[in-house]
Amino acid sequence: MSTFAPTEQIAQRLNHAWADRRRWPLVSVAGATLAAGAVLLPLAFLVVQAQRSGWGEVERLLLRHSVAVLLWNTLRLALACTLLCGLLGVGAAWLVERTDVPARRLWAVLLVLPLGIPDFVVGFGWISIDPAMHGYLASVMVMTLSLYPLVYLPVASGLANLDGSLEEAARSLGTGPWRAFARVTLREIWPAVLGGCLLVTLGLLAEYGAFEILQYQTFTVEIFTEFKLGFDTVGACVLSLVLVALSVAVLAGELALSGRGRGFRPGPGVRRIAPRVALERWRIPALTGLAALTGLALGVPLGSLGYWILHGGSSTLPSSSILTAAGHTAIYSAAAAVLATLLAIPVSMLAIRHRNRLTLLIERISYLPMALPGLVIALGLVSFSVRYAFSLYESSTELIVAYAILFLPLAVVGVRPAMTQASPRLEEVGRSLGSNRTDVFRRITLPLIAPGLGAAFALVFISTSTELTATLLLRPTGVNTLATQFWAYTTNFSYGAAAPYAGLMVAISAVPAYLLSRRIRTISRIGAAR
Amino acid sequence: MSSLSVEGLWKGYREQPVLRGVELEVPAGSLSAVLGLSGCGKTTLLRVIAGFERPERGTVTLGGVTLEDGATYVAPERRSVGYVPQEGALFPHLDVAANVGFGLSRAERRGSTVAQLLEMVGIGSLGARLPHELSGGEQQRVALARALARRPQALLLDEPFSSLDASLRTHVREEVHALLRQQGVTTVLVTHDQEEALSMADHVAVLRDGRIVQQGAPAELYERPADAGLAGFLGEVNLLEAEFGEGTAATALGVLALRGAPPGTAGHGLVMLRPEQLEVSRHGDDAPLPAGGLRGQVEQCRYYGHDALLEIRAEAPGPARTLLARVTGEQALPAGTPVRLRAHGPVTPIA
Repeated sequence: MSTFAPTEQIAQRLNHAWADRRRWPLVSVAGATLAAGAVLLPLAFLVVQAQRSGWGEVERLLLRHSVAVLLWNTLRLALACTLLCGLLGVGAAWLVERTDVPARRLWAVLLVLPLGIPDFVVGFGWISIDPAMHGYLASVMVMTLSLYPLVYLPVASGLANLDGSLEEAARSLGTGPWRAFARVTLREIWPAVLGGCLLVTLGLLAEYGAFEILQYQTFTVEIFTEFKLGFDTVGACVLSLVLVALSVAVLAGELALSGRGRGFRPGPGVRRIAPRVALERWRIPALTGLAALTGLALGVPLGSLGYWILHGGSSTLPSSSILTAAGHTAIYSAAAAVLATLLAIPVSMLAIRHRNRLTLLIERISYLPMALPGLVIALGLVSFSVRYAFSLYESSTELIVAYAILFLPLAVVGVRPAMTQASPRLEEVGRSLGSNRTDVFRRITLPLIAPGLGAAFALVFISTSTELTATLLLRPTGVNTLATQFWAYTTNFSYGAAAPYAGLMVAISAVPAYLLSRRIRTISRIGAAR
Repeated sequence: MSSLSVEGLWKGYREQPVLRGVELEVPAGSLSAVLGLSGCGKTTLLRVIAGFERPERGTVTLGGVTLEDGATYVAPERRSVGYVPQEGALFPHLDVAANVGFGLSRAERRGSTVAQLLEMVGIGSLGARLPHELSGGEQQRVALARALARRPQALLLDEPFSSLDASLRTHVREEVHALLRQQGVTTVLVTHDQEEALSMADHVAVLRDGRIVQQGAPAELYERPADAGLAGFLGEVNLLEAEFGEGTAATALGVLALRGAPPGTAGHGLVMLRPEQLEVSRHGDDAPLPAGGLRGQVEQCRYYGHDALLEIRAEAPGPARTLLARVTGEQALPAGTPVRLRAHGPVTPIA
């Protein structure tokens, strides 16, 4: 190295700082920090609130007999449902994507659609036709039927993308068809299976509405009751922390199970489409199975909804209140979707373009709400606003912020792939072709990430419009969304009055579920063309 | 036309210097190649010239205008420097015509300029295609047309042909070469392929460990490499021990003409002999060897079609050695063939 005079060294440092300033867009850093802070804030206040009671009180609450019962109820349900969802999801995905079962396209759509029906509506569908549907077994069945698509979707897309030459290579190495499936194919899709099961378990831990309807006491139900009926904020916060710990344990378990062999990609050779298995005499049993699954998961809740909409109307036609509720839902959902998408832009931009420990941490934090039940986030925000910002308590702003935090992971999932498309190389070429920074953003970056922004907006909008738990806790007094109005009627056993609200929610969320199922087809088609 | 000049360029990432005082002169209208292994700093050099990154110190001037010198920094969009990145980097959301017209004004885009540019790079009919519908060679042509559209004073090509199939590469390379000649734009081509650098450029600079270790005309570099490493980088080579005389070098292959002055005053050292300077004939008879001739046996034959490279174990006094000889394809000999070797042409002393 040459010897620099001290002044030159300083100049050099300044130069570095200048270059760094360009490399670290301040707006992005500020935005991403804000997003991470928003996610951590409710958690922090949960801890603050729980601590205020002192450890003696915490101990007393946790050692209560009912906590053990709650834990047992929650765990045995999570275990049974996750296993069943895994089996049903993988089995259905294999039939649709890897065999010659008739009407594959139809099944591919029907199998995903249950995702578009909120769990509490599925619960409503069953109990409104048979009031005896409650307790453990009923909960296992209802939750399995409404959550299995979370396994089906990633596994089906994994199978559709599978490189057939891998299985063929295994066969040519002397492995039989079943062992080849177990040793090669299952290995390949294992991360997808685990990822799906993770979502199922987290969904179960977070669910309130369905279990309330099915009269099954889980942690989340108990927390809600403590807070809303017992007005015991401290107790609710302490129990919430246990729930958070459970979620974190589940996350860690998934990481440990999938750590090895994840992200392996075979070399750049041409991918071959795997040939389909001929079902032959298993064709009828396979069709029967698929029909039974979709019939129970889709037919029963929709049929029951349809019945109540048509026949339940001893009450008059949907009054203007459904329009008011729909209006509130639309406004809240749109605002939350805009906010979450805006926060997701800097998070994914930094994580992709300025990859380092800090930005990775921020990205991980942004995914955290996926493991946090909406109830927990809502409770944290309530604790915060009650103590430090009372004007926010039960305000629309607080509700929208809660939604945005809760569904930030969905927004990041939507924006991130598009952000990968918008490579900084393209922006540089744009600069060298005479466009300044603003022009480059307008003419290159924005068009490239626009589809991702759209996807993020849609995902958050849909999820918000069917959200129940956080909405019940945080909504401004007297304001009803579709979900809360449905809930009010259902808990009064006014099924006929409740049904139109559920119908509208299903209509809203069926669209993306349908599009999701189409997307797998597109992915496999692109794969085939390659 | 403008000449491009880079002086004393230093650039590091995380304290690790990538460019360590690069000096490069590209005469106006010429095509210069920067040749180096991957990771030697080639791409960083181009990125600094294009203005995408700032160096710690050093200057970049184009046509007498300072683009970078620590105090001055001209933004990439004001530099009049065209850039064709490795993978082409076509804007995926724009069709071919819109890609090519990106740097043009609205009025120019509506005129016939874009069509002319597409015609010029030989893809006149593809204007409505999207980038993913093009082959690798077509993508490179679009990227080139796009960079030339603004009539830049200098053009930077970052390994533009490395992603193409071998058969296509030569073809596209020749076309681009002809086009750049015709346009007369000052061009810097970065590559790790010595054949590409030697065949395309007027001027070749070898970048090693962040420094230009040698630059000059292609033949000069090939015939007079600065050191043994460079000699091997630019092509296959035989290194021989030699005793230096007056303009001569006495080697195991006889007394050969010496190119340039012998290094130092020791009187002996190494000289370089390219494989095509060895003449190979079948051993055949037992007639006495002419002066400087050597007997040997083919150990291995690497056959390329148009030519072949023979590894020959020479029966020289002293330690056994293997020599490389290049012969035409039809003169290729199978392993085990006894042969005679004779060297001709001048040899170059190697420091």
